[in-house]
Amino acid sequence: MSIHHIRVTINGKLYEGDVEARTLLVHWLRDSLRLTGTHIGCDTSSCGACTILVDGKAVKSCTMLAVQADGRELLTVEGLEQNGKLHPLQEGFHVEHALQCGYCTPGMMMAALALLKRNPDPSEQEIREGISGNLCRCTGYVNIVKAIQYAAQKLREPQPEQVPAGSGGGGE
Amino acid sequence: MTTTSAGPHVHGLGEPYKRKEDARFIRGKGNYVDDIQLPGMLYADIVRSPYAHALIKSIDISKALQVPGVVAVITGKDLEAAGLAWMPTLSGDSEAVLAVDRVLYQMQEVAFVVAESRYAAADGAAAVEVDYDPLPVVVDPHKALAPDAPLLRPDKKDRQPTNQIYHWETGDRAATDAAFAEAEQNGVVVRQDMYVPRIHPAPIETCGCVADYNAATGKLTVWMTSQAPHAHRTLFAIVSGLPEHRIRVISPDVGGGFGNKVPIYPGYVCAVVAALKTGRPVKWIEDRTENLTSTGFARDYHIHAEIAADKEGTVKALRVYTLADHGAFDAAAQPTKFPAGLFHICTGSYDFKHAHVAVDAVHTNKAPGGIAYRCSFRVTEASYLIERMMDTLAREVGKDPAEIRLQNFIKPEAFPYRSALGWTYDSGNYERALRLAMEKIGYEELRREQAEKRARGELMGIGISSFTEIVGAGPGKHFDIAGIQMFDSCEIRVHPTGKVLARIGVQTQGQGHETTFAQIIAAELGISPDDVDVEHGDTDTAPYGLGTYASRSTPVGGAATAVAARKIRDKARKIAAYLLEVGEEDLEWEPGRFYVRGSPSKGKTIQEIAFAAYTNCPPYLEPGLEAVNYYDPPNLTYPFGSYICVVDIDRGTGEVHIRRFLAVDDCGTVINPMIVEGQIHGGLTQGLAPALYEQLAYDEDGNVLGSNFQDYLIPTAMETPRWETARTVTPSPHHPIGAKGVGESPTVGAPQAIANAVVDALAHVGVRHIDIPITPWKVWAILKEKGLATA
Repeated sequence: MSIHHIRVTINGKLYEGDVEARTLLVHWLRDSLRLTGTHIGCDTSSCGACTILVDGKAVKSCTMLAVQADGRELLTVEGLEQNGKLHPLQEGFHVEHALQCGYCTPGMMMAALALLKRNPDPSEQEIREGISGNLCRCTGYVNIVKAIQYAAQKLREPQPEQVPAGSGGGGE
Repeated sequence: MTTTSAGPHVHGLGEPYKRKEDARFIRGKGNYVDDIQLPGMLYADIVRSPYAHALIKSIDISKALQVPGVVAVITGKDLEAAGLAWMPTLSGDSEAVLAVDRVLYQMQEVAFVVAESRYAAADGAAAVEVDYDPLPVVVDPHKALAPDAPLLRPDKKDRQPTNQIYHWETGDRAATDAAFAEAEQNGVVVRQDMYVPRIHPAPIETCGCVADYNAATGKLTVWMTSQAPHAHRTLFAIVSGLPEHRIRVISPDVGGGFGNKVPIYPGYVCAVVAALKTGRPVKWIEDRTENLTSTGFARDYHIHAEIAADKEGTVKALRVYTLADHGAFDAAAQPTKFPAGLFHICTGSYDFKHAHVAVDAVHTNKAPGGIAYRCSFRVTEASYLIERMMDTLAREVGKDPAEIRLQNFIKPEAFPYRSALGWTYDSGNYERALRLAMEKIGYEELRREQAEKRARGELMGIGISSFTEIVGAGPGKHFDIAGIQMFDSCEIRVHPTGKVLARIGVQTQGQGHETTFAQIIAAELGISPDDVDVEHGDTDTAPYGLGTYASRSTPVGGAATAVAARKIRDKARKIAAYLLEVGEEDLEWEPGRFYVRGSPSKGKTIQEIAFAAYTNCPPYLEPGLEAVNYYDPPNLTYPFGSYICVVDIDRGTGEVHIRRFLAVDDCGTVINPMIVEGQIHGGLTQGLAPALYEQLAYDEDGNVLGSNFQDYLIPTAMETPRWETARTVTPSPHHPIGAKGVGESPTVGAPQAIANAVVDALAHVGVRHIDIPITPWKVWAILKEKGLATA
């Protein structure tokens, strides 16, 4: 099994490591880097629990090899909070009661973040489409839609001190 | 929202307090089983059978042991030598941990490979060579009892050689038959066969564990996806022979349960064996296919139901026969005295004078299970059958489905109501819930619209479900899991500064106990929920409890919590009387404070009393301020509701579009309306799923056809409608705060509302029943047959 050395910027911080060619990105994040906020819920890229941003786009990290992340910028759920301030999506999920067991939540928030970067003012239907690659078994999606609407509203308001959401950077 | 009697008044309940547990989850700082990593930990993978029924001729592990990183391979023969090849199920059967000489269903566990990494374990599993000799397969439960059916369980030597697991019946057969004879002469009889298909809870987190044995201390710690950690600890002790005080089961954050995480699965047992064998921690995590194909399925009831009524449609008797497919092992998670669970709640919300229910359960070459998937032990099947049958009766006598229900409801003044099948319903007002639902959705207007559309050839349907649930088991004298009575518990410690730590015997998988149970204590003691931390899931610290399933947390664990908090308040009164130098009877309680009657300024807050309990305790009392309660409920609780669903059917594709769905629920006193509504949204979505999408189907060779999320269709945000909710409040008279539990009502009540709506859309062309899941193909085939298809 060939081993590859990779350098990846995650949540604004540079990580390096040696990985087997077959190592899935999600396993590298979780098992090697201990960024366990990104979850695994299926084997078929259906559930979206492992969704992260790669160069600003939503990617299911179970569908990407760690070697493919070499040289890229990643954002995981751990990078959403900035300087002790919750991201509007995190705030929205809490305020609108958009999570129960919490397992799909990180992937759901990352998918929503990618959506809001593409479309800052989505309709309900566009939100539903935007998260249709992410399964939630607890909430029935009603409050997730509300949480994303909450965040969209908040992100559209002028936020002088707010780092633009999901710029792929952040962290240290 | 409509409310009636206030019930037991408790200050502070009913507030939409934001969840305390969110803080870690929204930051990605939850701690689920697969997040746990211990030094030196090994990973496991399971070799599974590709056949549904076969003899194992040989297992060759030599190549697997050569795979780099593989540390050990455990087979059924290894377990047999240690006396661990079989384990007891929750229904008194024995289940193979690893198959020794035969496999009985596809994906059954055959060997357990442990290695230095996930990938090496998978490589090792792929290198295990198993030689099988395939046997004839029994997939159809109707054929399982045929004289020439292959005998699936020759290991059951104590029984007659048969695939039958049990025959069980209840009710008054003679009186029921007499009522039917009378109805055949002078009334109406309606009959319907229906199948409630095999489905899977499919929480987004699969099952798994980390087992760690410390040889120096003799202590085994198992972090596992467990809805019932104490019961699991006891079962581990019984099966393994390890002393129970040296077993610690920790159920950390659990990513959804829905009944899937109630049973013990072979993977858990093998991980423990591997940890003992290798002396290193072992992690086993299912993949999704393993989860769907081998762990606890639900439902799979083939039902024949009959109602006898008079010509006006007033019900007289209900007769039900059910064939239950339990799969290869009887691993149904039922209280042991109830082989078909609480299925005999099937008279539902209606005043049947007579009823009789018979159930035959059989083995087939399918995965074992029969768990209570978001349902209090077969209540979903029961509610589905009676709500479908009431619609069938309405058609037969030419009445509106709403009218037939209003006509036959148990009347509010009849509670407590003793049902024909022996249950005592605690409280209810079914007519009010249905009338509220009809008013909120505009029922009469919808019926007018439907008539207009029908005249234009458009297909629109309105479906009603006026379900009654039965949840909150115990009482312990009737209900037990593997012999352990179904009480539950709470231990409260009030610290000297008035802050509170509570530990509970139930366990959360997303229900929000850390918030709602804090609210119960906060309300009882008059403090902020912020000042109460709730812990659960660790058997070394939490008081013994039976866990969370069957909507029992609030009815049983919530009651224990309220009673424990009242014990704290009782002691606080004694301390306050000492501090204020008055008699206890001279004190009045207001939230957070005792004061002297007539002198409101003279009082002591609960915080001052807590401090005194540790610093200035009356000499005649034990110091400290703690309490424990083990609560054995006097009865079950009976939440109910009325749901109305409006569907439009595409005549080109057969697709069912849910235009509106209104759920009126009554779960008694509401602790946190935000959380209750969230539970209802989620439960409705899990009711939508089997109605239109989900089924674990098998082909004739016993291959599972719904083995992943590409084939087993969990609703996404696109399929799920914007649920509408409303509420009535009819408190439980026997629960300390009047609560009944809510988590499962919507999953129980929703499927038949949707099925009834689809059938209603097609009733004018003679359709009386369509089995769920109502797929576009099934509907299109009917449209084609009736000449309604436009494509």
